Amino acid sequence: MLTFYSKQFSSRLLIGTALYPSPAIMQTAIRASGAQIVTVSLRREAAGGKSGDAFWSLIRELGVTVLPNTAGCRSVREAVTTAKLARELFGTSWIKLEVIADNDTLQPDVVGLVEAATILIKDGFEVFPYCTEDFSVATRLVDAGCKVVMPWAAPIGSARGIINRDALRLLRDRLPDITLVVDAGIGAPSHAAHALELGYDAVLLNTAVAKAKDPVAMAGAFRLGVEAGRVAFEAGLMDARDFASPSTPVVGTPFWHAVS
Amino acid sequence: MRVRVNGEEREIAAASVQALLAELDYEGTHFAIAVNYDVVPKSEWAARSLSSGDEIEIITPRQGG
Repeated sequence: MLTFYSKQFSSRLLIGTALYPSPAIMQTAIRASGAQIVTVSLRREAAGGKSGDAFWSLIRELGVTVLPNTAGCRSVREAVTTAKLARELFGTSWIKLEVIADNDTLQPDVVGLVEAATILIKDGFEVFPYCTEDFSVATRLVDAGCKVVMPWAAPIGSARGIINRDALRLLRDRLPDITLVVDAGIGAPSHAAHALELGYDAVLLNTAVAKAKDPVAMAGAFRLGVEAGRVAFEAGLMDARDFASPSTPVVGTPFWHAVS
Repeated sequence: MRVRVNGEEREIAAASVQALLAELDYEGTHFAIAVNYDVVPKSEWAARSLSSGDEIEIITPRQGG
């Protein structure tokens, strides 16, 4: 079982709710993914509007756990206030904490992230920080009280998969008791499997499913990819080698003679 | 008085957060509201008075990744 702040889950796939062709496809895809946790955001409601109510009822119908994000926040103050708005709106102390440094790469502002996480944890939040793969940053987040750390595989929406495998592996080795989630940059089920094979506890993705030609089928493919990766990790992967090693026995090869 | 609602300057008559929602014809039920970066819990909307120059954010759930 997978644990996020004392809550247990069987699915190791967390999925976003944005960018689907329609609300109905979003719901069907989320169900097909098997995900038990979905991410949502907070946005301004136009005067006279009630579009938030419509979206919220779709999410409620799914019966999943909601993880609100602070997407788009560019300062500690914005992120902290958005987290408090999320707690008020969704009745949860969970927050996917994003503090963004740059519009083109959506690179996390790791300094602001640590500062915001520290403030929020003191205020009783359970923080899921979206961060880079930098080990020192992850350590600061853990020191601040984060039980979950969510490094990117690659920039959000880039579909490039795990760019810095060695750094992600180091995080896994050095933070064995922290729930680690690869968040962002996953483009294919094989990328998700890769993260799980490295020992990551889960993956969080959105665009790769929502923007697939058939989001529902792709959601199912990701479910299988995550399961395959986890089972492979538990089974224990062999070590990589630099040179070939025959799988078929050499002894008894026809016409074979021992080198004298 | 002049306030800023969701980033837009507005002239309003409402004296409280609750009255502001009514004045702007908000029909939904799922809002969270911050005044000057302080979250105002729903239970305090009627009591929370507004002042000239206040920055009010009216927020709802949306799709997110």
